[in-house]
Amino acid sequence: MHIVVCLKQVPMVSELPWDPRTGRLMRGQAEGMMNPACKHALEAALRLKEEHGGSLTALCMGPPEAEEVLREALALGADEAVLLCDPRLAGADTLATSHTLARAIQAVAPDFDLALLGCTTTDSETGQVGPQLAEELDLPAAFNVEHLELTGRALTVRRVYDGFLETLEMDLPALLTITTQEFAPRETPLGGLERAFAQASVRVMDAEAIGASLDRVGDKGSAGRMLRVYSPTAQKKCVLLTGAVKKSVQELFERYGDRLGGLIGQDLASEEEGHDQ
Amino acid sequence: MTNSRDVWVFGDYRNYFQNRVTLQLLARGRELAQAQEGELCAVVIGHDLQQWVDEYVAHGADRVLALDHPSLTAYQGETYTSLLVDLARERKPAVILVGATSFGRELAARAAKRLGTGLTADCVDLRLDDQGRLVQTAPGFGGNLLAEIVIPRHWPQMATVRPGTFQELPHDYERQAPVEWLPLPAGLKPERVRLVKSERLAPREQALETAGVVVCGGRGMGSKKKFRNLVELARLLGGQVAATRPVVYARWCEEGALVGQAGRQIKPQVLFSFGVSGAIQHTAGIGGAPFIVAVNKNPGAVMMQMADVGLVADANQACLALIRELKKRLRS
Repeated sequence: MHIVVCLKQVPMVSELPWDPRTGRLMRGQAEGMMNPACKHALEAALRLKEEHGGSLTALCMGPPEAEEVLREALALGADEAVLLCDPRLAGADTLATSHTLARAIQAVAPDFDLALLGCTTTDSETGQVGPQLAEELDLPAAFNVEHLELTGRALTVRRVYDGFLETLEMDLPALLTITTQEFAPRETPLGGLERAFAQASVRVMDAEAIGASLDRVGDKGSAGRMLRVYSPTAQKKCVLLTGAVKKSVQELFERYGDRLGGLIGQDLASEEEGHDQ
Repeated sequence: MTNSRDVWVFGDYRNYFQNRVTLQLLARGRELAQAQEGELCAVVIGHDLQQWVDEYVAHGADRVLALDHPSLTAYQGETYTSLLVDLARERKPAVILVGATSFGRELAARAAKRLGTGLTADCVDLRLDDQGRLVQTAPGFGGNLLAEIVIPRHWPQMATVRPGTFQELPHDYERQAPVEWLPLPAGLKPERVRLVKSERLAPREQALETAGVVVCGGRGMGSKKKFRNLVELARLLGGQVAATRPVVYARWCEEGALVGQAGRQIKPQVLFSFGVSGAIQHTAGIGGAPFIVAVNKNPGAVMMQMADVGLVADANQACLALIRELKKRLRS
């Protein structure tokens, strides 16, 4: 059993230096942390490894600092860590990212049985890399998984999808994305972290080493082009209701009852006869 | 064949939110199609589709492509992707819009990958610029930032949009539009993922991550006892209760309800926020809900600025007043 887990380092938002007026980000100055859903995916991988044996490869694409999340994965029990670090990989959208990760997995773990990812990241939040990686690797896959069971080569997973609780089955090799609902991550042991930082066991690879086509990675391989980034808080118009509580609440329903009702699927606009003030 | 100027909307009909988001996308898609003199086309895949086809025509579709077959009764990622991608290759729409439901996100991501094009997630606005490019406005960092994105050299331009972002058009059941009932193509690969069981969840059984309505309380609720009032409000709204870090530290509720950078990442359609100041560690987890109602004594709180409607009031008093008002309205 060989599991590959893809991890992403995201900026710790509390430290994120950005100008609320221009909305310009200084990503290079931000403190990094392991993306929350990736932590849960790593936990799922560790539990599978404990139960079924085998090996665990942690993979991360990012700048040199992203090595930290791989050290963390090694401290928790990953056997091998690979950092995809190459300026030519930077600026990738999900199309380019999924190509890069697919090439890397085929290069470092061609015999893998299961690929695990977090379902979404806190910085770009697209949730697209998992499905697109499954496409490129041509694997059976399930997304937003909360529970999984492996019997031989048969994988049974459970997930909540659009208000349905679904149970799905597939055979290995397969790909799953994991939510933050279950697989609460374990604490990183301090001793393990020290050892993981002392041992130089993170393998660093560039675009050539993983055999990626240079026109399909990074900014060059991306289809989306950003025109501008700005802060919406400066623009969102909040309607303030400042009267007595009861009056404000009634005003809320009178003005937004249709919209609220539409969103929650209930008729809230019409008040019962006889209650009109 | 050159690319058309048509705008496609995926007909995600499975349940209420999917149904509404399709109608909402048809409304915006219609504006985009008319602006570039193209057709607005609804593409619906599944079984027993007549009522949905009628609904899409009534809500503004100029044409409906329907793939109706008993083997398509359950949503299937691989099969639906193949069908959508084959149709897109054949007819070359300029734009494909998909509702950002769980399935919609998967389908759009897979299809964009197979078509080798760009896909912008969770767009909050879509417009055409003077060169006829689709300008997609999408959030990042939990809605704290917005980016404008174009897909200039790839085809088609694809976007997902969350339910509640656009307003649907009033229906017109007199409206007529051509409907093409397409046969299931031969040689479809069998789905490798087998659906063993699927049960519809009552809203209250849904996880925080997928809840459509979230009622979130912060320190401003005042006490553990008052915090419990949020549970009643959430029950009436068919939603889930979430909390900020001070509330979890004070043990007013269980740790699993913590939303933010260190806790759960939620994406509700509606967020009610009571007595929450709006520290970025918390707001990073609320995913730019399309409609936010905040209650705070301080009108200058960050959470109030992020909200669509802000009630300047005591959080618990407002919660109790909302419960009373909702009970009246839900009864009627």
